Amino acid sequence: MMNREVTEQLIQEVLEVYPVETGKQRAKHLMANDPSLEKSNKCIVANKKALPGVMTARGCAYAGSKGVVWGPVKDVINISHGPVGCGQFSRGGRRNYVTGYSGVTVFNDMNFTSDFQEKDVVFGGDKKLAKIIDEINLLFPLAKGITIQSECPIGLIGDDIEAVAKQKAADIGKVVVPVRCEGFRGVSQSLGHHVANDSLRDWVLSNRDGQEFSSTPYDVAITGDYNIGGDAWSSRILLEKIGLRVVAQWSGDGSIPEFETTPKVRLNLLHCYRSMNYISRHIEEKYGIPWLEYNFFGPTKIAESLRKIAARFDEKIQENAERLIAECQPEMDAIIAKYRPRLEGKRVLLFVGGLRPRHVIGAYEDLGMEVIGTGYEFAHNDDYDRTFKELQDGALIFDDATSFELESFVERLKPDLIGSGIKEKYVFHKMGIPFRQLHSWDYSGPYHGYDGFAIFARDMDLAVNNPCWKNMQPPWQKAAVEPMAQAA
Amino acid sequence: MIRQCAIYGKGGIGKSTTTQNLVAGLASLGHKIMIVGCDPKADATRLILHSKSQETVMHLAAEVGSVEDLELEDVLRVGFGGVRCVESGGPEPGVGCAGRGVITAINFLEEEGAYEDELDFVFYDVLGDVVCGGFAMPIRENKAQEIYIVVSGEMMAMYAANNICKGIVKYATSGSVRLAGLICNSRKTDREAELIEALADRLGTQMIHFVPRDNVVQRAEIRRMTVIEYDPNCKQADEYRALAQKIVANKKLVIPKPLTMDELEDLMTEFGLMDEDESIVGKTAAQEAVPCTAMAA
Repeated sequence: MMNREVTEQLIQEVLEVYPVETGKQRAKHLMANDPSLEKSNKCIVANKKALPGVMTARGCAYAGSKGVVWGPVKDVINISHGPVGCGQFSRGGRRNYVTGYSGVTVFNDMNFTSDFQEKDVVFGGDKKLAKIIDEINLLFPLAKGITIQSECPIGLIGDDIEAVAKQKAADIGKVVVPVRCEGFRGVSQSLGHHVANDSLRDWVLSNRDGQEFSSTPYDVAITGDYNIGGDAWSSRILLEKIGLRVVAQWSGDGSIPEFETTPKVRLNLLHCYRSMNYISRHIEEKYGIPWLEYNFFGPTKIAESLRKIAARFDEKIQENAERLIAECQPEMDAIIAKYRPRLEGKRVLLFVGGLRPRHVIGAYEDLGMEVIGTGYEFAHNDDYDRTFKELQDGALIFDDATSFELESFVERLKPDLIGSGIKEKYVFHKMGIPFRQLHSWDYSGPYHGYDGFAIFARDMDLAVNNPCWKNMQPPWQKAAVEPMAQAA
Repeated sequence: MIRQCAIYGKGGIGKSTTTQNLVAGLASLGHKIMIVGCDPKADATRLILHSKSQETVMHLAAEVGSVEDLELEDVLRVGFGGVRCVESGGPEPGVGCAGRGVITAINFLEEEGAYEDELDFVFYDVLGDVVCGGFAMPIRENKAQEIYIVVSGEMMAMYAANNICKGIVKYATSGSVRLAGLICNSRKTDREAELIEALADRLGTQMIHFVPRDNVVQRAEIRRMTVIEYDPNCKQADEYRALAQKIVANKKLVIPKPLTMDELEDLMTEFGLMDEDESIVGKTAAQEAVPCTAMAA
């Protein structure tokens, strides 16, 4: 169990290393949890520029738009507009699963870039962009649309990509979306989510307004699920099993027609609040469609969420939800019976993005594990508002932790498992601490839904109880008597 | 030792005309010179080459793919008096990044050894306003060491000259670039030479030469020629040769002391360019209740 005073003392000790001004700034981003708090704005500062000289785990606005929001959409071609690196190094790393055929119905497994050269910077890239759009339309006629993901130079030289998008949309008769997600904008990838949401709002969402649509009273959209390792699929089947019709997935395995028909749904189900609250608020304001946050990690939260969702519909749906929960419970009990004894009491430290620093806590608790600290890379204060109640009293909370802070916390807290990203993984492996990537599910998943929990439980066991952790000491450093004893 | 000089000044002040006439003057004195045009308009070499505008580094680079595919002889033209001419080139107004074009072109010239020849002078003719880092490229470390500002007795030209000095201070403190003087390209305003001399004095520099206004400059320009070439015996040709000689002999290189806005306005007031009566500031003609014609007079 954690203790608020001890955690606060730990924070002070870690801050001592910093120069005075840096320490003052960083102190505002660290706190001990108090579940009685309602609002975070007086106790933690978030969404501020990372300090120079420290290592941050953050990305940029381009990463937020191309990598997170637009990247998973399967039927559009995302042009990484600018030099080649941004597009190539953001391709295929996030494990957004899709169904379909590459080059025919699926395009996000390829890298499309305008490959900016000096001459494009000097003379502007608009003509090249127009040509690329024509070529794409010729080579991949089945793509439903094209997006222009701006890299830094586009904003610096002031290219008019909006004018190109309008002209080309008229020429090719498809959605062409300009996205102003230049990497230097904002303090993290978070602004890129917002910019991408706005581009969906301005160029896609209302394209089918006024058109016929065969609605049912059970139509819902899933927003903020990027289908990492198939997450959206293992979520979708639960919603379908309780009698709902999932009209759209935003944006994992999602498509332009799905976005365009979202204004027809009854309820918008929001998983990752951070990256898609913007479009959800807009859909509510413009179309009167309410949005509901839910959590499909671990049986406790899944059951809670299914009941919360079903409560928005009729008794039939509510009965279906109860039946589904009851049906799945024995399987969940079996999983817990198998893994809980191996994981009980293990302490977990998290440092992730969007929703996971709070959403996965319940799943760990279902396995008898204890989350002792959690941090967000790019949260805003409303994320922390939603975190306090999910986390035990006195647990450590850190915003945009520096690599020094993270390592210091780990050295002092000695967690049994860390859940974070690829940049952190090998640092902690070398410290001999079990680790799971909670951005990409470490080549595994899905982790959402009942099916996902079975995989989640297995993966955590594989990490924590891997025999390799007992062999962290090389033979030549072991006590001299040991080999003698073995030899005897 | 190559002397590298950059010419700055307000847009339309006559930088390119003055530079080319000055360079023609230097060439007629036997010096070996290269002009590097650093303005996307690419009009810095037309009087030397008798051309509308020469093919530029950036346009040629765009044609062949990239600047790495170019050779020096593709971009270098030789005109009157053996003057070597290069234009950096750049986009049409309103698109792209002209500043990056200047950076790319100058880097290309350096890499291709354009400066290693037996040159006496390199002149950079730079876009009127140093709007971004690219247009300051010619005055960075190891490039131009002397800056001449073309100015006239008009208020805005002097504002611009003072602003350019602020830019020079930044690069002078981090490198070895210095202000070498003001060239007054006369607009026939009142007490013009005296005013520019006063301005030069306050800035800590000199008015290196007063170039009087003469229609022969326009007559030569229509023929895409410098005065030195068109009519070498005219009085104006003497003026440009005089300027050239003064530049050859010039040793007065300073870090300028830019004026504050108040100091500059005081100077203008002193010379009658601004009214001493501050109460008229912001007053419309109607408010002042005097006819417009009276104002103009």
